[in-house]
Amino acid sequence: MIYAIASGKGGTGKTTVTASLAALWDRPVMAVDLDVEEPNLHLFLHPELTGEEPAFMEVPERDPKRCTLCGQCAAFCQYKALSVMGKTLLLFPEMCHGCGGCLLLCPEKALSPGKRELGRIVSGHFRTDHLSSGREEDAGFPDAGFLMGRLRVGEAMSPPLMRQVKARLPQGQSADILIDSPPGVSCPAVNAVMDADVLVLVTEPTPFGLHDFRLAVQAFRSLGKPLGAVINRSDIGGVGIGDASVQDFCRAEGIPVWAQIPYNRAVAEAYSRGEVAASAVPELRAMILALMARMQGAAAASQSASATPGEVQHA
Amino acid sequence: MNTGIIAVTSEGPGLESMVDARFGRAAGFVVVDLASMAVSYVDNSGSQTMAQGAGIQAAENCARAGAEVVLSGFVGPKAFQALAAGGIRVIQNVEGMTVGQAVDKFQRGELAVADAPNAPAGGNPGGGGKGEPA
Ligand code: SF4
Ligand code: SF4
Repeated sequence: MIYAIASGKGGTGKTTVTASLAALWDRPVMAVDLDVEEPNLHLFLHPELTGEEPAFMEVPERDPKRCTLCGQCAAFCQYKALSVMGKTLLLFPEMCHGCGGCLLLCPEKALSPGKRELGRIVSGHFRTDHLSSGREEDAGFPDAGFLMGRLRVGEAMSPPLMRQVKARLPQGQSADILIDSPPGVSCPAVNAVMDADVLVLVTEPTPFGLHDFRLAVQAFRSLGKPLGAVINRSDIGGVGIGDASVQDFCRAEGIPVWAQIPYNRAVAEAYSRGEVAASAVPELRAMILALMARMQGAAAASQSASATPGEVQHA
Repeated sequence: MNTGIIAVTSEGPGLESMVDARFGRAAGFVVVDLASMAVSYVDNSGSQTMAQGAGIQAAENCARAGAEVVLSGFVGPKAFQALAAGGIRVIQNVEGMTVGQAVDKFQRGELAVADAPNAPAGGNPGGGGKGEPA
């Protein structure tokens, strides 16, 4: 099963939740950081990194000796990565989307495949709490996989890198996959959650939080996947800015609230020390375990629903 | 300079229109042939809706109009490079005046040709890289 942890905006505690889930997950698991513009899951899971490879996009290279400046490639490229100006064929490799069209159509074979680095794909593994617990029932618990994409500084296109990271996910049901998705509802965020079986939306009970949460619900609901909310710092109503409207919105929209995590100074401190909050704070541990059970329950329910024709729910 | 063809980014079609400070996403270009003072207008609205490459498209539009000099407010790096490749000189920081006033200033030699772009990469976040000329 693939679980994507997403949020309508940054700073809701999405990564804290993902890291806590990953550390406590009671089945073989792989944690995947698809927030490729700012990957930070590794700062909490402290994985042992064993592999790092560049990821490329195929972009054209020019052979000025063959190019007749006919302009066909430039006219074709809808991204303006190619332009004939004066006696020059200009190429802007960073604007190329890698469609390959220009390479096919150049009548002079003046374009050949080159590459632009999109970023890095980093892999490794981390120890879940089960491995370190010493509990008898945890003996033999496997090492957990870790995978992360890191966008090259200056690279503008994250979805192609994310696709290459996702192509490395283990196939089949050997391990559950937890995806830390990029915040927001734009193309990268949708790209990250697209293949998930279950979505977890992390939000805060503030007017801004509700605004972005609403956008996220609108954007992700059409994917037709089971979706639940985690309301983080659920008690900041007590300090004056929070309110119950996120809860009200969830109720009205029929979105289950899978966890309400109150503000806890110890969680913030664990975060600042780069620790998995649920390992450091016992109260949080219980909430994350309950969240895990609800996520797994939603996945199982949707699986059995889709196995029974006629009961498939389309949101 | 009293000959040559200059293109001024413009909010409207005539000399009385205001200069559009944006280059790539300008509404259009007022093209003036200084020898005859003939004025024509090139619509650039196609560039305004482009997700990326507006500056390059606009540079192509200027080249097609035969412009040798471009007057505008802010020119991004890719547009600047494309204009340079096309042999088109760039005068930037022209704004808050009509096209006619800009043309006058140019003819009086009050405007200096730029040797570097003065705007960050526009419609293309994270852009600003170099397209190497062939
Ligand atoms: S299609 Fe080929 S020959 Fe024509 S301008 Fe492009 S690279 Fe040059
Ligand atoms: S591969 Fe596609 S996007 Fe890239 S330059 Fe060629 S036509 Fe443009």
